[in-house]
Amino acid sequence: MFTVDGVTKVVKSALHPSGSARGDGKRSRRTGVTARLRVPFIRWLLRPLLHLLLDLHVAHPQRLQLAGPAIVCANHNSHLDSLVLLSLFPACLLPRVRPVAAADYFLRNPLLAWVATTLIGIIPIDRDARARGLDPLAGCHEALARGDILLLFPEGTRGEPERRQPLRKGVAWLLEQHPDVPVVPVFLYGLGKALPRGAALPVPFACGVAVGETLAWRGCRETFMQDLESALQRLAAGPHGKPCE
Amino acid sequence: MNAPQLTIGVSIALSGMLATLLFASAAQAGLARWQPERVRGELQARIRSWWWIAGAFAFVAMLSREVTIALVAFTSFAALREYFSIIPMRRCDRRVLAWAYAAIPVQFLWAAIGWYGMFMVFIPVCLFLLLPMRTALNGETRGFLHAAGALHWGLMTCVFSLSHAAYLLALPAHVNPAGGNLGLLLYLALLTALNDVAQYCAGKLLGQRKVVPRVSPGKTVEGLLGGIAVTTALATTLAPLLTPFSPIESLGAGLLVALAGFLGDVVVSALKRDLGLKDSGTAIPGHGGVLDRVDSLTMTAPFFFHYLYYLHY
Repeated sequence: MFTVDGVTKVVKSALHPSGSARGDGKRSRRTGVTARLRVPFIRWLLRPLLHLLLDLHVAHPQRLQLAGPAIVCANHNSHLDSLVLLSLFPACLLPRVRPVAAADYFLRNPLLAWVATTLIGIIPIDRDARARGLDPLAGCHEALARGDILLLFPEGTRGEPERRQPLRKGVAWLLEQHPDVPVVPVFLYGLGKALPRGAALPVPFACGVAVGETLAWRGCRETFMQDLESALQRLAAGPHGKPCE
Repeated sequence: MNAPQLTIGVSIALSGMLATLLFASAAQAGLARWQPERVRGELQARIRSWWWIAGAFAFVAMLSREVTIALVAFTSFAALREYFSIIPMRRCDRRVLAWAYAAIPVQFLWAAIGWYGMFMVFIPVCLFLLLPMRTALNGETRGFLHAAGALHWGLMTCVFSLSHAAYLLALPAHVNPAGGNLGLLLYLALLTALNDVAQYCAGKLLGQRKVVPRVSPGKTVEGLLGGIAVTTALATTLAPLLTPFSPIESLGAGLLVALAGFLGDVVVSALKRDLGLKDSGTAIPGHGGVLDRVDSLTMTAPFFFHYLYYLHY
């Protein structure tokens, strides 16, 4: 097994010499060490492990090959959601892909904070920022300006397994200031069964990811939220989705 | 790591498998060329998947006995995961499902070390008694019988039954100088697979009278008889190359595999029909899910194993 992996690694790096190296160079000032640890972690540990254990069905992964800054919006049922999404990106994009996650949850102890920021590469969101007169989305604005790809869960919380929740409007506020940034809707199913909220032990189940077509900003927050909601519903009801139980 | 026994018989059978696949691909290509209106994309996907399955099997068989057992164990895991994903399950049973998954490496370990007694009682006795206890400790009694029954049925078909295929590799090798242990597994796999194909083809070509129209409308008496004819013929041809069977015994083995394969297919069809599904999954292009592919093997593996074990071990 190890030799086969090693050979694949060598062949792949020979085929794509610019791959992760290019990403590293671009981000060297901010995430040099991070990317050097994070990209191999995602490519060689997370991705094979998730595919081996979860029987992932992925529809249209090529829609995630995003050139510039972008926002990926998915429904949220599990901690596995961002890990699975990360594992779908080509290695050359990985240094730029950043899940957006709650600071109060993921930075609550040093070990979790190290995993969340160094290995997963989250952009922490301060959920109480507005009460203190700060912009909770400040980190997201910066990241988009740098050309990063944000993974956002507009439902805001994982909620009950395999149930959709109303979308929160933060993403529309974000887009209002970055109207040219494309939004990719993604529907995930099964992951809420594999690792629901409150469970510590992941259990293998068939899971799926349906990547939708890019949504464009049409000048109004309400319109955008409707566009996003109906895109997610179409993906859920479509041939690659799975209606909620 | 035990070196795999590539006897002359096994090499001939593997070459035959390669030739059959080449013939199938050539026939499919010829059909696409000369009668394109009769060609469906599904057939090509199906043959391509057979290439992958046969290729993976041949590859691990060359590597070692342990890797082959690991591949059967993984197939078992994939089938069980698919089963757990399609049946309705209570949320409180997640932990019990984790126990069931954990049983897979243990069961295949008993197979690998050839501990026959433990292999035979681990799932039907130990887990059958222990898992309902764990399910009861969840404290939720509503749907208890369904949960315990569904769990055990899944373990029996996906894990216990399929692990018999792996145990063929742990039987004493000296009994079968012609094919070695690998020969026995190859014999079972080839007969089961070709029986599926022969029943399907005979049914398509000659099928008139339906056997179980409410469960599996595609199954016909003609298909079943065609499958039995092809499989017994193949069983007697391959027996001297791969098994210790006498000609009469091999005739019985062919008949057993043909009937058991048919029944395994029907039982999994009944499960899918109950759940309102056409296929159990999408893991294998052209075939459906893993369960769709191994449905007949869940029945042929234990029956073939015990037939062989009674006669020669």
